[in-house]
Amino acid sequence: MNTQTIESQQVTLKQLKPFYGSVQAVQPVDATIRPRSVTAIIGPSGCGKSTVLRCINRMHETIAFARVEGQVLLGEQDIYARGIAAQAVRRRIGMVFQQPNPLKMLSIFENVAVGLRLEGYSRAAIAERVEQSLQAAALWDEVKDKLDYSGLALSGGQQQRLCIARAIALQPEVLLLDEPCSALDPVSTYKIEELLVELKQRYTIVIVTHNMHQAARIADRTMVFMVDRTQARALGVLVEEDVTTTIFTAPSDRRTEEYISGRVG
Amino acid sequence: MITQAPNYSRRKWADRFMRGLTVGATTLALIPLFLILGYVVLRGASALNLAFFTQAYEPPVVGAGGAIGNAGGVLHGIVGSLLIVGLALLMALPIGILAAIFLAEYPANSVATAVRFCTDVLSAAPSIIVGVVAYVLIVQRTHQFSALAGSVALTVLIIPVIVRTTEEMLKLVPSTMREAAIALGAPKWWVTLTVVIPTALSGIITGVLLAFARATGETAPLLLTVLGNNNVSFKLLEPMAALPLLTYKYTDTPFPAQNTLAWGSALVLTILVLSVNILVRWATRNRMK
Repeated sequence: MNTQTIESQQVTLKQLKPFYGSVQAVQPVDATIRPRSVTAIIGPSGCGKSTVLRCINRMHETIAFARVEGQVLLGEQDIYARGIAAQAVRRRIGMVFQQPNPLKMLSIFENVAVGLRLEGYSRAAIAERVEQSLQAAALWDEVKDKLDYSGLALSGGQQQRLCIARAIALQPEVLLLDEPCSALDPVSTYKIEELLVELKQRYTIVIVTHNMHQAARIADRTMVFMVDRTQARALGVLVEEDVTTTIFTAPSDRRTEEYISGRVG
Repeated sequence: MITQAPNYSRRKWADRFMRGLTVGATTLALIPLFLILGYVVLRGASALNLAFFTQAYEPPVVGAGGAIGNAGGVLHGIVGSLLIVGLALLMALPIGILAAIFLAEYPANSVATAVRFCTDVLSAAPSIIVGVVAYVLIVQRTHQFSALAGSVALTVLIIPVIVRTTEEMLKLVPSTMREAAIALGAPKWWVTLTVVIPTALSGIITGVLLAFARATGETAPLLLTVLGNNNVSFKLLEPMAALPLLTYKYTDTPFPAQNTLAWGSALVLTILVLSVNILVRWATRNRMK
């Protein structure tokens, strides 16, 4: 890999301000997400961590009246720049959601192939890439004999890995995960975590999680968001961003310490 | 020691009473349904024979002893109903489904609100009024009763049915499905066509079948538009027979053989709706394991 590739997988948030209508949801966020590493976003409910995550691939604006100010740079390019299509951004920055959401009427194979078909890949290329992606998502052995089954025939953990396979089939620069394990049992959670550690060799991974232990287990760096109640209206705020071990052993912000020690949030 | 709450026996009786009420109400609602179905089958079954399905109208003939025999069949009605309703569906399906997509997928605009209000009003319009409108606008202007005019009237009647059921079904598709596709960089039209509609398909089909049943059973607008025809006709610009029209016409004649035909065509109407229902459901079932 050359430096160019590494640069292109870095995400930089510059004065990022998500809005819902006229209501600002989070104080301006400035942060750098390092290429090919796992960055965890933790914080109590309502602190805006999912909102910030959804700004990174322009999913935020799909909600009625939601909009974004500030910049999100992928490599050196602002994804909110004029002339850049949201759809093009989303193909470079994949996303996995809280509830596993395989497309209901499509088979397991087609679920992974969907993005490739949109990109106009040839039939042979699609078959090859689907297998690669399912293998990369550690799901191939479990589903290779039932590729034409409905995605809903799988267990919750398998469905979530199917969604990861679907997201990485397009070989994006960045993979965003919004509490991907909150609907899963511990064993499935462990498998996904193992998988993410594997995948960070190729992708920049950002994971929102409610589970601080999960952040401690898999994240290289951690961003801590809190709810700022000193303002007239409660507002999310990024209080600290650092190497995960530092966050959990020697946080520099008092609010982080209170949160991870369980005194607030 | 485990003891029952002191008011347990009162609660038990209240429960039994309410449950009895619901069972009673359900039975009451089902009795007319089974009475009608049973009576139509009972009276109509005797009319079903080969001639019934292969012949059109035959003038009654007086046989030996003054008995009036051979009243022909209702082939012209079956053909007419299928043609008229088929054409109506052909016109109503694209309009209705596209309108429903507009309402469900682009809900936040004033045009959608207006369209929704209009379809609600239209779905409550008595069918005879729609018939009169088709009569004035088409039949009077062309100086010709025609199957086409009937189809147009039926189209107007079933569009609201299709629009509202399809809209409700599209709205039921969970937003997580849409998000899944949007996050892959799919454009909106693609999400609608490939994710939303297939997911809602069985519900949409239910709506279309409802519309089909409604159109097949309508009599009033056909009286004013297709008029009726004693022969098998495939000409869409001329009067045509239809099963409900035959039922209506033959019920009121003094010939018992024709009265039997009326029951027969009522039965065929019921069977037609039922079999199309089963056939479409079978053809569009989800084949995925």
